[in-house]
Amino acid sequence: MKTRRFRPLTPIVAGVLTVVVLLVLAPMVLVALNAVKAPEEYSNKGPLSLPGGLYLAGIRTFWERVDFTQVLLNSVVISGCVAVLGVLLSILNAYALGIGRVRGRNWFLVAFLVANLVPQESLIYPLYYMATQLDLYDSKFTVIVIFTAIQSAFGTYLLSSVYREFPPELLDAAAIDGAGRWRTLWRVVVPVSRPTLGVLFTFFFVWTWNELFIPLIFLVSNENQTVPVALGVLQGERQMDATLTSASALLGIAPAVIFFLVFQRTLTRGVTAGAIK
Amino acid sequence: MTAATRSPAARASRGRGGYGLFLLPGALLATVVIVVPLVSTLGISFTEWTGVGTPEFVGVDNYTKLFQDENFWASFQNILLIVVAMAVVPTLLGLVLAALLFDFVGPRLGDRFARILRNGFYLPQVLPLAVTGIVWGWILHPQYGALNSILDKVGLGTLARNWLGDEAYAIYSVMAVMVWVQIGYPVVMFMAGLQRVDPELYEAASIDGATWWQRFSRIAVHQIKPEIYIVLITTTIAALKVFGQIFVLTKGGPGNATLVPSYFAYKSYFERADVGYGSAISSVLTVLIVVLTWAFLRVQRRGEEKA
Repeated sequence: MKTRRFRPLTPIVAGVLTVVVLLVLAPMVLVALNAVKAPEEYSNKGPLSLPGGLYLAGIRTFWERVDFTQVLLNSVVISGCVAVLGVLLSILNAYALGIGRVRGRNWFLVAFLVANLVPQESLIYPLYYMATQLDLYDSKFTVIVIFTAIQSAFGTYLLSSVYREFPPELLDAAAIDGAGRWRTLWRVVVPVSRPTLGVLFTFFFVWTWNELFIPLIFLVSNENQTVPVALGVLQGERQMDATLTSASALLGIAPAVIFFLVFQRTLTRGVTAGAIK
Repeated sequence: MTAATRSPAARASRGRGGYGLFLLPGALLATVVIVVPLVSTLGISFTEWTGVGTPEFVGVDNYTKLFQDENFWASFQNILLIVVAMAVVPTLLGLVLAALLFDFVGPRLGDRFARILRNGFYLPQVLPLAVTGIVWGWILHPQYGALNSILDKVGLGTLARNWLGDEAYAIYSVMAVMVWVQIGYPVVMFMAGLQRVDPELYEAASIDGATWWQRFSRIAVHQIKPEIYIVLITTTIAALKVFGQIFVLTKGGPGNATLVPSYFAYKSYFERADVGYGSAISSVLTVLIVVLTWAFLRVQRRGEEKA
């Protein structure tokens, strides 16, 4: 009943929206098309022609030039460690603030909120200085520690509000069973909040994967670079032709699209549930 | 505090002691990685320092210099345009797109189809910014870029431009890219918000003979106000912090045509070794973001109280 009046318009609206989505996706399709084109083909027929064959030399050249296997591994290690540690730290903080309601919790929450808002360039120089003084510059460890702190500031803020609503009956039951705080946390609180923790883990992983500013400054040597740094630095070198650029872009797009397809549900649920940026 | 005013969660645990221990690692790490650097940056902003040796206290010199620096004003003017491109335009477009998907596509062609379209809009959001920069850097490249060659092919070759290299167009090209990046987030948020709207409100409006546009602007937009607030605040903050796309697309150039505060601070720190000046830029930006968030949260709270 409620949508009947609009029926004649539906095919038009659906058609227009489909075209708009295809336009949104067009840049990525263009990249994929041209990543597998030979440079001569590109200069003769331009970016819109379908590739005559599968030319993988561009991708291979780029892969070898930046040692992409190593770069991918670095990104996986850094993002994975940050996601695990960031979720752990968020759990501990939120347990104390949301369920434990420690004294001064509102001040802590405001502090974690501000920590979230601070632009990274307000932290970068002192961090850079500390790292060089302590001989921790150009190390994956340093970047993991920094992002664990940054991501868990967000996680603490979000998870504390979730834990404030935690069913008290469950906590009471655990207390009656004689469970201490530590056991209550791991046996009751964490299992019950697993869906939220999954969302946090996914977002921490993807956000850390995508970061450029801090890794760009802290990971200067080739064996430490992450995917965005390797791509960003090479882009600056300007001795890349169109097909090599597309090949590099495709290698950057592919992991992101794979995450997206794997974690679609979690991502869209997380975006809406947690007011995640 | 009496037992009656305590929250249920607090009642369950006997006393508060002991929980502080759980907060210790997180608080320590946040202090070392966030609080100390933040305070140091503020302190350094009152000094002249190249990054080596001892900083020399110069009072508010950096700030007076900053407010007379045309690059500073250019960067703030650009950031306003970036806010338009990352917060305002995506919110407006997102509202219309989400409502169209929700009202026309979902009920008639199935939620699955609506979801596929929604995810299509969202995909650019998950790409690393650096990759976005490379993709668009190539598409907009004056010699071998896809856009100019498409224009050429359809006979509009005269419209071809040096999209990112010409001072007159660079910031607008960057803005267009930002809209592309951001559009998916409001679409996802608003579509979820629209699911909360009571269908009876819509039916009542239909019976009264309301058009789609009236229904959209008078009911839907009003009902999903909380989502609109959240989208506006988070995207505005993200816009003020923008760095990655600028770094990869234009490096702030040509001239200062696309300079933004974060890139300006980065240049002062690492290219000009003027750490005091960079710290002053960062501190101004931090204060701006915190004040803006505080104002947003107040407006939002007042809106909720009214509702």
